[in-house]
Amino acid sequence: MRQRPEPMQVVKERRDRALATLVAGVPYIQFLNITFDRRGDELTSVLNFDETIIGNPMLPAIHGGVTAAFLETTAIIQLGWQALWEEIEGGRVDADALQPETLPRLPKTIDFTVDYLRSGLPRDAYARATVNRSGRRYASVHVEAWQDNRSRLFAQATGHFLMPSDSGSAE
Amino acid sequence: MSEDRRAQIARQFIESIPHARALGMSFVEIGEGVAEMSMPYDTRLIGDPQTGVVHGGAISTLMDTCSGAAVIAHPANPGSTATLDLRIDYMRAATPGQALVARAECYHITRTVAFVRAVAMDNDRDNPVASATGAFTVDPAGPGS
Repeated sequence: MRQRPEPMQVVKERRDRALATLVAGVPYIQFLNITFDRRGDELTSVLNFDETIIGNPMLPAIHGGVTAAFLETTAIIQLGWQALWEEIEGGRVDADALQPETLPRLPKTIDFTVDYLRSGLPRDAYARATVNRSGRRYASVHVEAWQDNRSRLFAQATGHFLMPSDSGSAE
Repeated sequence: MSEDRRAQIARQFIESIPHARALGMSFVEIGEGVAEMSMPYDTRLIGDPQTGVVHGGAISTLMDTCSGAAVIAHPANPGSTATLDLRIDYMRAATPGQALVARAECYHITRTVAFVRAVAMDNDRDNPVASATGAFTVDPAGPGS
């Protein structure tokens, strides 16, 4: 007889815990107060608005550097999460035993190009990353960020990343 | 550009940008179309907890801020500026514990667009951590400035 699937809540909690462990390990993500919404393997990152991320107080607008950092973080976590998801679902990594010290290393940014389309309004922002190519060593990722309307992007970016090697250090 | 004008740009810049204050940025130098800014090492900015290396996003923010300052400090003197496009190349990891310094030069400006180059360095200044090129808007001086 076919084994009964695990209860939904068990699966969900395991995945959420793995994502939380991955994100909690990075102090800068907490500093900017970026959080992640997960639907299956799809992530939407949220830049929770705070007065300290303002770059132009006259408009006011979110700092362009924060926008760049938000998009870069979205790309890195998307790549890291995608790799971790495959390891967990493939049964090679035990999500319940994941510790910050034993987490797989995150990819390193090689280059990142940000296109500023309109100013970031003083409210929450959202972003999603698409991995256009993910090879053994390099990945190319596109990220889109919006605020009120999904179709009205306020910034987008493309970047290349060095994937962590199994042997540890990339250099 | 007079000494007073330089000092005024530097002071207003830091005072008016909440996120520059949050990262503890300060001016090292400001000249005609050139700016150099420093950002202290801070454990809150760590991107790789296993090594203590600062996140690329914080370095981008330093370079973006410094680039904007270089545009405002240009003799053509736009009232304000905003980033249109910024490309960052990360050459190596910044050494944990060391302050980062960005140096930006606005090498060309038209009535509408400013072009900027920047580098970010730690204590080993001959071996930059990152470099950036960007295009910025040139906004005419508003009634407030």
